[in-house]
Amino acid sequence: MTSVTWTRRRRALGRFWDTFRHERPGVIGLAVLVAAVVLALVAPLFIDESVTNVVSGTGERMAAPSLDYPFGTDESGRSILLMVWWGARTSLLIGFLAALLTIGIGTVIGIAAGHFRGWIGAVLMRVTDWFLVLPSLVTALVLAAILGGSTMTIIIAIGVTSWPSTARLIRAQTLAVEARPYIERSKALGGGHWHITTRHVLPNVAPLLLASTTLEVASAIVTESTLAFLGVSANKTSWGTMLRGSYDWGAVNQGAWWYILIPGLCIVAVVMAFTLCGRALESVLNPRLRKAGA
Amino acid sequence: MTTPLDAAEPAVQAAGSGDGRPAYRGTLRYALSKAGGALLSIAMVIVGTFFAFRLLPGDPVRALAQGRNMTPAQLDLERHRLGLDKPLIEQFFDFVGKTLRLDLGTSYEYKRPVLDLIGDRLGATLLLAGTGLVIAVSFGLWQGIRAGWRPGSRFDRFSTGVSLVLWSVPTFWLGLLLLMTFAAGIGPIPGLFPTRGIESVDAPDGFAYVLDVGMHMVLPCLTLAAVIYAQYLMVMRSSLLDEVSQDYVTTARAKGLRDDDVRRHHAVPNALLPTVTLIFMRIGFVVGGAVTVEAVFSWPGLGQLFYEAIRVPDFTLMQGTFMLLTVAVILMNTLADVVYHVLDPRVRSA
Repeated sequence: MTSVTWTRRRRALGRFWDTFRHERPGVIGLAVLVAAVVLALVAPLFIDESVTNVVSGTGERMAAPSLDYPFGTDESGRSILLMVWWGARTSLLIGFLAALLTIGIGTVIGIAAGHFRGWIGAVLMRVTDWFLVLPSLVTALVLAAILGGSTMTIIIAIGVTSWPSTARLIRAQTLAVEARPYIERSKALGGGHWHITTRHVLPNVAPLLLASTTLEVASAIVTESTLAFLGVSANKTSWGTMLRGSYDWGAVNQGAWWYILIPGLCIVAVVMAFTLCGRALESVLNPRLRKAGA
Repeated sequence: MTTPLDAAEPAVQAAGSGDGRPAYRGTLRYALSKAGGALLSIAMVIVGTFFAFRLLPGDPVRALAQGRNMTPAQLDLERHRLGLDKPLIEQFFDFVGKTLRLDLGTSYEYKRPVLDLIGDRLGATLLLAGTGLVIAVSFGLWQGIRAGWRPGSRFDRFSTGVSLVLWSVPTFWLGLLLLMTFAAGIGPIPGLFPTRGIESVDAPDGFAYVLDVGMHMVLPCLTLAAVIYAQYLMVMRSSLLDEVSQDYVTTARAKGLRDDDVRRHHAVPNALLPTVTLIFMRIGFVVGGAVTVEAVFSWPGLGQLFYEAIRVPDFTLMQGTFMLLTVAVILMNTLADVVYHVLDPRVRSA
């Protein structure tokens, strides 16, 4: 029994990969993003947190790129290359965790709103719509400012403000799944709420979740950098805090283009990689989208 | 209710219920129910703001005292002045009453009523966000129509690619790049535009003043428009794609109409509906963009006021600007719902 299940799953995965392989932008995105994650993970083997220490800068202040400092230095002579490398850890960590929180809240509320019709569903949708209308960046800023800036706070601020669109997506999918006859069969056999939502609805929305998690990481990284730039940050070196530093120390007027360009390019590269990957996943999992192409 | 997708649901129901009521009555009832929803949302904002600013772990007085030497007695006095020593329920009703009377308290940083500060800054934000929005909408719709009419063409792939890149670019970073290139000047490029503010220190009068403000507006408007136009492009494009395969478009073509006429008089008017509504519905996104852009370019608007409130931090000011921005966004969304209802006969009788 179990071996049959596993063979089936392996085949499904193989089919999935075969389709995904032909989505060229998605494969490029996946490659970039695997590279970024691996680099972030192995960073401690080569460097440590001291590269972000203000007093341990070894170069000239705001020096242009050279052989010793391929991406130049910042206002205290720290190497931009090493800081970007170390900062990737914070940016990616916050991106992933915030996306997981977003998807977690969105899935629970979405499935609950779709499964429990009647007043529970109505109230949940009302709350979702309310959150959806709130200007999310402004709300996240307020939350982060009130809670005080720590990595955890930033993650919560992003998660709490970005789940509603996921909840709507999941609710729509839940409604579609629950309209199918086998759900009725399951109910007739005595399946309870828990059984139906976790055994029937969740597996059916899971592929959709994978795609939206990927897209959500992209937007969480952008939000994190914006929050950091606007001054509510985790006090840890991330690409956003580096750009904040470049602004505070007048890199714009001193023409220190490397200080502004490099961290920003990192953000754009990683965010685009996640977006391309997510869109490819979406179109593989949802052929209707492929036709529309948007 | 708040996404264009949902607009299709009432449309489906509407198809079966042509009961011949006068259309305006349905619209009025719809508008009233939407207004009720908006009031509820605004009430939730006020309640939510109160609890967020009181119950979350940051102590406003402690935060105010940051970097200033204050004795415990002074802290108590400050608490008393802000009414924080009263029971929570009393504070709540105080807060609601004052907010309804538009008394948003006094800014700690500026020592002035928050409402006055907001009034001073409102014009600059409306100017920036309005201009940015007009540019983004006209450019986005125009490109979206061209791209969506010929999907897969070179223009389509180019503009989709550009909007994808712009979508991935953080607003503030784009602002920094423009600031560095065109305001500070880099290499052979001289500083073309002013780096900060809305007017020069020695601002001239009359037409020259308008020109001066105009020069200051170029970069912030460009940044704001660049970041938001991409989504209008994508929405317009996919909305037009949906229409292209409809029967009525085929009919129009079969009548022998020119391609341009089919597009301009048949497909685009229908595709515009969901897009126009979305312009209003994404206004929250524009507000977020405006806050960021104003912070980068030191544009003296509401966004910068909010940004300063966060940097200080000045909780009274933060709470006042937050409520104002949120309520404005809710009202715009409600307006969009009602306008959509009036414009689209398919959802009207629902």
